[in-house]
Amino acid sequence: MANLLELNNVSKTYTSGLINKSSNTALRDFSLQLDEDEPTIVTVAGESGSGKTTLAMLLLGFIKPTTGQIIYRGKDISTLRGRERLDFRREVQAVFQDPFAVFNPFYTVDHLLSVPIKKFKLAKSKAEARDKMDEVLTAVGLRPEDIIGRFPHQLSGGQRQRINVARALLLKPRLLIADEPVSMVDASLRASILETLRNLQRDHGVSIIYITHDLTTAYHIAKSIVVLYRGAVMEAGDVEAVIKNPRHPYTRLLIDSIPWPNLDQRWGEQEIIARESTDANTGCPFYGRCSKAMERCKLPAPLFQIEPHQAAACFLYDDQHQIDAACLSEILPA
Amino acid sequence: MSSVKAQDRQASASQGADLLPVLRVQNLEVTYFTDAGRAKALDDLSFSLKAGEKLGIVGESGSGKSTLALAMMRMIKAPGRIEGGQVMVGDTDLMALSDEEMRQSRLQRIAYIPQGAMNSLNPVMRIGAQMLDAVKSHVEGVSKAEMVERCLAALESVDLGRGVYQMFPHELSGGMKQRVCIAIGILLQPQVIIADEPTSALDVVTQRQVMETIDRVRTKINAAVILIGHDMGLMAQFVDRVAVMYAGRLVEVASVREMFTDPQQPYSRALIDCLPNLKVKGVFQGIPGLAPSLLRLPSGCAFHPRCAHVMDICRTTRPEARTEPDGRSTICHLFDTGVQ
Repeated sequence: MANLLELNNVSKTYTSGLINKSSNTALRDFSLQLDEDEPTIVTVAGESGSGKTTLAMLLLGFIKPTTGQIIYRGKDISTLRGRERLDFRREVQAVFQDPFAVFNPFYTVDHLLSVPIKKFKLAKSKAEARDKMDEVLTAVGLRPEDIIGRFPHQLSGGQRQRINVARALLLKPRLLIADEPVSMVDASLRASILETLRNLQRDHGVSIIYITHDLTTAYHIAKSIVVLYRGAVMEAGDVEAVIKNPRHPYTRLLIDSIPWPNLDQRWGEQEIIARESTDANTGCPFYGRCSKAMERCKLPAPLFQIEPHQAAACFLYDDQHQIDAACLSEILPA
Repeated sequence: MSSVKAQDRQASASQGADLLPVLRVQNLEVTYFTDAGRAKALDDLSFSLKAGEKLGIVGESGSGKSTLALAMMRMIKAPGRIEGGQVMVGDTDLMALSDEEMRQSRLQRIAYIPQGAMNSLNPVMRIGAQMLDAVKSHVEGVSKAEMVERCLAALESVDLGRGVYQMFPHELSGGMKQRVCIAIGILLQPQVIIADEPTSALDVVTQRQVMETIDRVRTKINAAVILIGHDMGLMAQFVDRVAVMYAGRLVEVASVREMFTDPQQPYSRALIDCLPNLKVKGVFQGIPGLAPSLLRLPSGCAFHPRCAHVMDICRTTRPEARTEPDGRSTICHLFDTGVQ
């Protein structure tokens, strides 16, 4: 079983200041493996400041990990050069949060599609390039004749976001990093974008890392979920188990705070404890806000496997089997 | 802790029943005069609100939600123009005031928390100075100490420490900045608070904190709250009544319970149906088609090209509002008398 992508104990620390150096760990000891043969959708969820976007930047090779390695098809991505680097750039694609910011308003939207075709020499002639563009636009549920030749301001947010997905699809990627792809589009258009992403995984064999703070869409699209808080894994496992029966106090708070469109479901049973400013670099990052905090929570909690496909980094479950953070992927359902 | 309970909401709604409406919007019309033609962003819009009541306004982007908020504040800029209508707060028609009187009314009678309000704070001014500015420009003959005290009290009422008064915006998190904006909004105890997507950039935990804050200050000063947004889940958990907006009209106004158990207008039904829930996994339901351009509205009912229940009359005749005695109103030919 070959791994498409391997993250081995990746940490990222940002430091600032020259003399009085302060550091901020955005991602701590994170490990994840994606299987090459079985494309899947993994959700990485967490609130702002949990390290979600740092993870996306690391995966795309825009920043380098402070410690640990990111291995793509057997090669450390920071050592890729030349041909291999170009292949990596083509095979790992991204869809970003803001469908308004990624377009250059002076070009028609085909520019976004024709540049990668030229850059990666995907087509031999103009006609072939046009065919390729038509094909991917149709695949994301757009009509090419409505789209080609239009300027970004003439299209809706949902249409633009689907063009971004089409651009990613054009390059036939193996891995797609979707960083909050639907948080800025209307609820009525979210459905079609999520559907498009799922078809990518099912019909085109693309693995997707879906980064979001919205657990409801995560539930519908993904098979497995990793919940981050201040850069550390709080809970991971089968999305069904984690969302319907969260075990970690943080995940519980997160799920309790979702405003469900159901009048009989009370919003916010749990009280929110204000975030303490004390530095949580040692111990559980949720310590200051946790209603069940104990003395031993001042030490970092390892992952405890509660169910075959669910684990939480919390001492409440210390009677369960402890697993190594590097083996996180083993409990994610295939 | 003031969590938002369904019982509380019903109690506050029935309590308000014998009160006169604190806000009445009547036949409000706004048109944008663009190079491509006239776009009617608000089309003969009317509704009312009682003191302490919470109304949610939902709709897709471009349906006119933010235009409505701006029109009520008389902050529509060219090429837009308020073409007619009244916005009554208590006994005062905001549309009839002079510019200076209107400036005084903002924040005092009616406050607006804009979309992305947290980015509206001045990064090089301390929070306190910005709050003081707001009080100074509206209140006369009050000592500085008293004004400062008022600002500090407002900060406390949104659960921020007094220390925030001396801080700069970059020292605060997104949720805290949003609460500062709410504090500014309630400084002068307005009768109506309009919150335009106050939590769209925040995560769920912070969102709950901010909404609980809004609810608490609403109870404290008994203001009416208009919550603009597109998150139906948030509406279900927060407001008393929901108004669905489509192409500049309120196509359905109903109590939150009626809206979620028995939506009538096909667009409201579709909006409710496309909500994610935990019962059926992996089913995505969108609304087919796109929101119409206001420059080229479809004939008859603006929703007819996307409607699953379209009839011949929908293509030709514009439906009018039908209001039931309990205040529920619907704009749809399906509910015309005589049509089955």
